[in-house]
Amino acid sequence: MMHGETRRLLRGLGFTGLWIVGLGVFTAYPVLASLYYSFCDYSILQRPVWIGLENFRELASDDVFWLSLRNTLFFAAFSVPLGTIVSLSLALLLNQEVRGRAFFRALFYLPSIVPAVASSMLWLWIFNGQHGVLNQALAPIFALWGGQPPAWLGDPAWAKPALVLMSLWGVGNSTIIYLAGLQDVPRELHESAELDGAGPLRRLWHVTLPMISPVIYFNVVMGMIGAMQVFTQAFIMSGGPDGNPARSTLFYALYLYSTAFYDLRMGYASAMAWVLFLLIAVLTWSANRIAAKRVHYAS
Amino acid sequence: MRRFRLADPPRGGFDLSLIYPLPLFPQFPAGLRLLTGAMFALIASGVFWAGGCDRRQDGAPGGAGRVRVTYWEKWTGAESAAMQAVVDEFNAAQDRVWVDFVSMPQIDRKLIVATAGGNPPDLAGIWQQNITSFADRGALRSMDEFMLQDARASGAGGDAVDGFMARYVRVYADMCRSSGGRVYALPTTPSVVALHWNKALFREAGLDPERPPRTRAELDDFARRLTKRDPATGAITQAGFLPQEPGWWLWANPLWFGGSFLDGRGEISIGRDPANLESARWLRSYTEEYGNEALQRFSSGFGTFGTPQSAFFTGKVAMIWQGVWMNNYIRQFAPGLDYGVADWPAADEAALARAPFTVAESDVIVIPSGARHPEAAWAFVRYLSSANVAARSRAELRGMERLCFLQEKNSPLREWSPYFERDHPHPKITLFRRLSESPSAVYAPSLGVWQEYLRELNTANEKVRLLEASPEEAYAYVQARMEPSWRRNRESVARQARASAESRGPAREEGAP
Repeated sequence: MMHGETRRLLRGLGFTGLWIVGLGVFTAYPVLASLYYSFCDYSILQRPVWIGLENFRELASDDVFWLSLRNTLFFAAFSVPLGTIVSLSLALLLNQEVRGRAFFRALFYLPSIVPAVASSMLWLWIFNGQHGVLNQALAPIFALWGGQPPAWLGDPAWAKPALVLMSLWGVGNSTIIYLAGLQDVPRELHESAELDGAGPLRRLWHVTLPMISPVIYFNVVMGMIGAMQVFTQAFIMSGGPDGNPARSTLFYALYLYSTAFYDLRMGYASAMAWVLFLLIAVLTWSANRIAAKRVHYAS
Repeated sequence: MRRFRLADPPRGGFDLSLIYPLPLFPQFPAGLRLLTGAMFALIASGVFWAGGCDRRQDGAPGGAGRVRVTYWEKWTGAESAAMQAVVDEFNAAQDRVWVDFVSMPQIDRKLIVATAGGNPPDLAGIWQQNITSFADRGALRSMDEFMLQDARASGAGGDAVDGFMARYVRVYADMCRSSGGRVYALPTTPSVVALHWNKALFREAGLDPERPPRTRAELDDFARRLTKRDPATGAITQAGFLPQEPGWWLWANPLWFGGSFLDGRGEISIGRDPANLESARWLRSYTEEYGNEALQRFSSGFGTFGTPQSAFFTGKVAMIWQGVWMNNYIRQFAPGLDYGVADWPAADEAALARAPFTVAESDVIVIPSGARHPEAAWAFVRYLSSANVAARSRAELRGMERLCFLQEKNSPLREWSPYFERDHPHPKITLFRRLSESPSAVYAPSLGVWQEYLRELNTANEKVRLLEASPEEAYAYVQARMEPSWRRNRESVARQARASAESRGPAREEGAP
């Protein structure tokens, strides 16, 4: 290697060295260690003992594991599309030239900066079956056909949908990203389409959405990864790691957590973590395959 | 003006090149080198400061020259302040050990991580149900050796451990022993659960407010008579009794009905013992009585415990199981509430002659494995395990009695001082004392898989209560889940013991105690 190249390499390492050490010690090592632990009987308090594929074999026949996976996929399947539609719609509205636009933008972003614990406590009251504001609003509608609104978190059939609904609280982040994407759509494309007689809906479908498809793809993938790891809201709203009522909100991360820190089965939890990692990797790869055909990169 | 060169530091200044490889970048502008060097120094000093701050306490004022013991405790607020008072009392009472008390929420998980990392506190306050799983995994230090040392020092005869544990009420002493009989924890503040009833609601329902239900049949009957519905909608507006409110001791129902979690051979018995299934049928009967949907709607309006909206405080539920702490909460959140406290109802009239059933629990103190000052930690535990049984005023209360008095709980010690019993802030404290001494008092079993067993039981009870599964189906499922889990746990403990013995080597193994 040339003297100058060595110098440049060392210079680069000088700037990035601390970060590389941090990445190695605090990220790479734990990730690799968890892979090793997934093949071990490991409680965290004692040394890991190699047991081969036993943890993975047990996972395959663990009903609660499959239930937690089903619950998580349900949550992801509803919260990601719903979140995408709502945040994109909000971004389209907030992109209009209207009075008080800055105020509305701030208003819709505000919930995103409320800590998850605080917002969960708020939603506990919103979903209160008797006195909650949601049911107060829904009661007259349900009364039209003699029904009553659901008990939400108290009813196993409605607890998961309630958490999906609550996930919309945090759409402010993706709304801001969509908004940035919308502002990058060239005005001349809209003008051309308009001259060709395209109405607002046609322009949305044929101009706006293709132009912001990379942003949609990014938000969908990030939303999917986040939904597969849903934890905090479920932990607080269901009152612990049990996924109450009757395990209807027992998500994958909750089961992983209770296995690791309540049952002290860190090896089994590590195996679960790697299965989740592979699952997310496959989903992301699938999204990438779809994106290759559907996402339009203007450049 | 001379350019400032870090490679050639000014006289008397700090040479950053001592810690940063600046000679690698001689062509960098001086300002940039200064900035990167300063950043490096800041990060490095931050890391070293953070790493050293744990030990920095050794030099802190207040206890200079003493052995410093770090004590993590789960309590916050008034409960934490009560223990701080006892710690202060201990620190003032002698000049050898200084206890640093740290309030630490989520202590069980933090203790696991700290112990695994080789830097645990010297003392930790955890829950009784953690003892066996932590001890099985080698996270706790047995206190037997300290009890033996004390017995030798005092010249006491007999079994040193039994001798020490004899100071506690049986149920609290038993729950601190592992399955092998060793003591890994000692009680701090205990509790027992009793029936609490709202006297005003009893009066409204035409019941004698001074006469709580004495049998299970009476409990069901009173519950029916105390329940109110909206005449127009049929919605429940007041429930006499709900097994799931607050539901913290639903797991103990099988024991209340005379059932078991393990059979005589030490195998899981939840789905096999007919008494367990009977308890689940009783739980289901309440949903059938009230109606599933109406009950869900009614109970979804309850506020959480420890708030003024709690069901018992608002008069939505007339009878409830609660612990000794309830008086304190009533004073805070429902002052003036006219309530009574009584034994758990007996199974039937014939059982009234027998000792009353109750669920006993306790917070416990442990010395984690790897604690730096175990002997000094034991000195505090010994102090905490004692009391001035002659105390005739608040100022004379010591150790355990001071702690339990300030936390308004019963003392786990068999002997109480006259002041503690007579002037205790809980007006019904003697009832709790009597319940804790009952031979029928039960506690969560000392099983390494208890956390998982409890989760499965809670889920099964939820399914039974919500009519999602029959009692037979729900408990058979728990049986099917827990049988392999219990087997696996025992295999794992044995495997870890073998691995540990192998790593110690044959010589150590032979000589190991």
